[in-house]
Amino acid sequence: MADKRIDEPTGTEFVGHEWDGIEELDTPMPRWWLWTFYLTIAWGIVYVVLYPAWPLINKGTEGVLGWTSRGELAKELDIADQARMSFRNALARVPIEQLPANEELMQQAVAGGNAAFKVNCVQCHGSGAAGSPGYPNLNDDDWLWGGDLKAIEYTITHGIREQGNDGARLSSMPPYEGVFEPAQTNALVQHVLSLSGKAESNPVGAQIYADNCVACHGANGEGDRAQGSPKLNDAIWLYGSSREEVRRQILQPRMGMMPSWESRLDPATIKMLAAYVHSRGGGEDFVEVAEDPAAKADEQP
Amino acid sequence: MEAVLGRIGLWFALLLLSIVAIVSAQDSGFAAHMTIIAIVALILIWITAACYDPLAKAQGMFRMPEGPSRYDDDPIRWGVLATIFWGMAGFLAGVFIALQLVFPELNFEPYLSFGRVRPLHTSAVIFAFGGNALIATSFYIVQRTCRTQLAFPGLARFVFWGYQLFIVLAATGYLLGITQSKEYAEPEWYVDLWLTIVWLCYAAVFIGTIVKRREPHIYVANWFFLAFIVTIAMLHVVNNLAMPVSLLGSRSYSAFAGVQDALTQWWYGHNAVGFFLTAGFLAMMYYFVPKQADRPVYSYRLSIIHFWSLIFLYIWAGPHHLHYTALPDWAQTLGMVFSVILWMPSWGGMINGLMTLNGAWDKIRTDPIIRMMAMSLAFYGMSTFEGPMMSIKSVNSLSHYTDWTIGHVHSGALGWNGLITFAAVYYLVPRLWRRERLYSLRMINWHFWLATLGIVFYAASMWVAGVTQGLMWREYGPDGYLVNSFVDTVAALEPMYMMRAFGGLLYLAGAVIMTYNVWMTLAGKVREEASLRNAPHDAEKDRPITAVPAE
Repeated sequence: MADKRIDEPTGTEFVGHEWDGIEELDTPMPRWWLWTFYLTIAWGIVYVVLYPAWPLINKGTEGVLGWTSRGELAKELDIADQARMSFRNALARVPIEQLPANEELMQQAVAGGNAAFKVNCVQCHGSGAAGSPGYPNLNDDDWLWGGDLKAIEYTITHGIREQGNDGARLSSMPPYEGVFEPAQTNALVQHVLSLSGKAESNPVGAQIYADNCVACHGANGEGDRAQGSPKLNDAIWLYGSSREEVRRQILQPRMGMMPSWESRLDPATIKMLAAYVHSRGGGEDFVEVAEDPAAKADEQP
Repeated sequence: MEAVLGRIGLWFALLLLSIVAIVSAQDSGFAAHMTIIAIVALILIWITAACYDPLAKAQGMFRMPEGPSRYDDDPIRWGVLATIFWGMAGFLAGVFIALQLVFPELNFEPYLSFGRVRPLHTSAVIFAFGGNALIATSFYIVQRTCRTQLAFPGLARFVFWGYQLFIVLAATGYLLGITQSKEYAEPEWYVDLWLTIVWLCYAAVFIGTIVKRREPHIYVANWFFLAFIVTIAMLHVVNNLAMPVSLLGSRSYSAFAGVQDALTQWWYGHNAVGFFLTAGFLAMMYYFVPKQADRPVYSYRLSIIHFWSLIFLYIWAGPHHLHYTALPDWAQTLGMVFSVILWMPSWGGMINGLMTLNGAWDKIRTDPIIRMMAMSLAFYGMSTFEGPMMSIKSVNSLSHYTDWTIGHVHSGALGWNGLITFAAVYYLVPRLWRRERLYSLRMINWHFWLATLGIVFYAASMWVAGVTQGLMWREYGPDGYLVNSFVDTVAALEPMYMMRAFGGLLYLAGAVIMTYNVWMTLAGKVREEASLRNAPHDAEKDRPITAVPAE
């Protein structure tokens, strides 16, 4: 170290090495840097003593606090379960028909149903339950299979056209491809649209309708909930209301399916979902259904 | 002539072999890859036959200087060009997938769906852009700091071209859907084997050059490059241990399963960040910052301590990617503790880089390359603080799986890796092509501001998006039920995604300016422009930060 050269601007000594013109200064390590480094090491030592940290032959060290992530989760779940326990028990005891009578319970069921809906139902019915082509809107008062609490609960439990579920709601519209001449089909489409005032009726279409469609859709297109056949005399169209869409639905009908939830969700959650869907705006009372002689009461339980 | 014939024969054999492989391939992805190899072999036959020196024409196109030079710079020139090319490709892919997240219609199934272009983007920027930059700069730096030429010059060229073949196979593989589904290690077994060969050759060239050095000591940049090369070799081999389903098919099964597989993957994944994107780029920093600033490195002692502590600690930190998973608690604890202790060793590099400017602070004002380097080190410091913080379990429970992680990665990748690479390119191009200076210094300034603004848009929007997302996911109503559905959180993030895409676009625009600037420099043009140094200089205010006397 014969020549201890000093760097002019900073007043620091050079180390004495040089590579391609690069030299190094002999600046000591910044104190704040070193002490923060020591501090993090000290914190690390304390932490690994407190918590599970080092792998041994059969299992890791457990830490003096005895903390485990599974233990923490179990504790949190336990607290949440306890908070809900009384509500779930109460919900399980009340038959769904009597749920609206218990206002507080109903409110909690709707809140729970809202959460369950977001996890399980929004994929098809949309996050606002407004549906999309082929997936029914649950906010309106048009119900294919009935809109009282019990009917909704039944639909959720058993699903629609779910294969392998004996209780699933079943209906089928036969395809009319090749049955009518194109002109006849046009006339039929015209007549179907006339039921909701979207077109003028015509005798040919009316005759074909009377021969083929009345059994399920009713003389005036009022539909039939017992069979799950849609109303044709309102403004709500699952697969679209343009001539093209209606023609397609006659010739090659599409029929959606909804999975049954009884094996995936517990009965209390299904009850909550029914309450939530019922609360969306179109829910029907049992009383109203029973008192209105024109509408059929839901026969399926 | 015999030699040429021999080489043609060799390529022809490869061509035949790959045709056999195409015919008997079990899936179309493997067949497509073998087709690429066949095309490469065919091109090589043609080139070998057409001229004795296959690269002479291409070198003319890129105006590479001829004649004797003190160092073996040819593969480095190619490396710089490849860095720029793959950088543009990678940034473009990034902007594209950012837009896909805002406009899902941009998913063109199946080849250009988000799931396929996303790994294309990450690999293009990390391994193609970053990897080429690292190979090129390591060859440049090791020769100069060892005062010797590259060992095994032929092998060095093979490393460069072999690496490009790896990139092409990896990139096309993503689009064709060939993946082993390990993040940053998606290429399948045969591509992994090829990369292993290339990487071992790379190690041989680099270590060979160090062995034959004419300097008594090994410079700190070379320590970092060594750590990078050796560790990446180890990580790559272990994480990709797999059994092919068939020697003629692209599928393979990993040697690991379940949580062991996850831990191996994130041991690899995090150390790809640690040794590829940190150690390798610190090596670049340790050469280019003192050279450009014309100042000595701030502290030799700090460089020793932070080097050894960095490489010792980094290798443990991977499990912090698996907090609150099936990974045993003890491994999670270790991952978190080592990540937090890693904070200061990471900052050692930032201090050494920034404080090297001590005594030349004025250059931040007058030299756009120094400005870029300083900003890059600032982003390095920021993301190496953010990283340890996010590894803390309670923070991680909010940040994990959210866009916060994406923001963190990009403040590091765009800020630190990107800017230091651009600075290195600007440093290298005039020297490698023997030009008086770059075509334009003011364009560097434009690049600097576009890139910086782009990063701010990107990182800030992703922080907001990430915290929003994390809070929405865990929000419970008074009844104890979740308030938001997943799709609600997606809808809430849309404006943030838009801003992120805008930030990426700015960053890409900066890179376009760089490409133009480099291209014009290669063409030998010099733009007439006002000097950046004509701002008045107040010598009184431009003092070095004098060292606080050590206690």
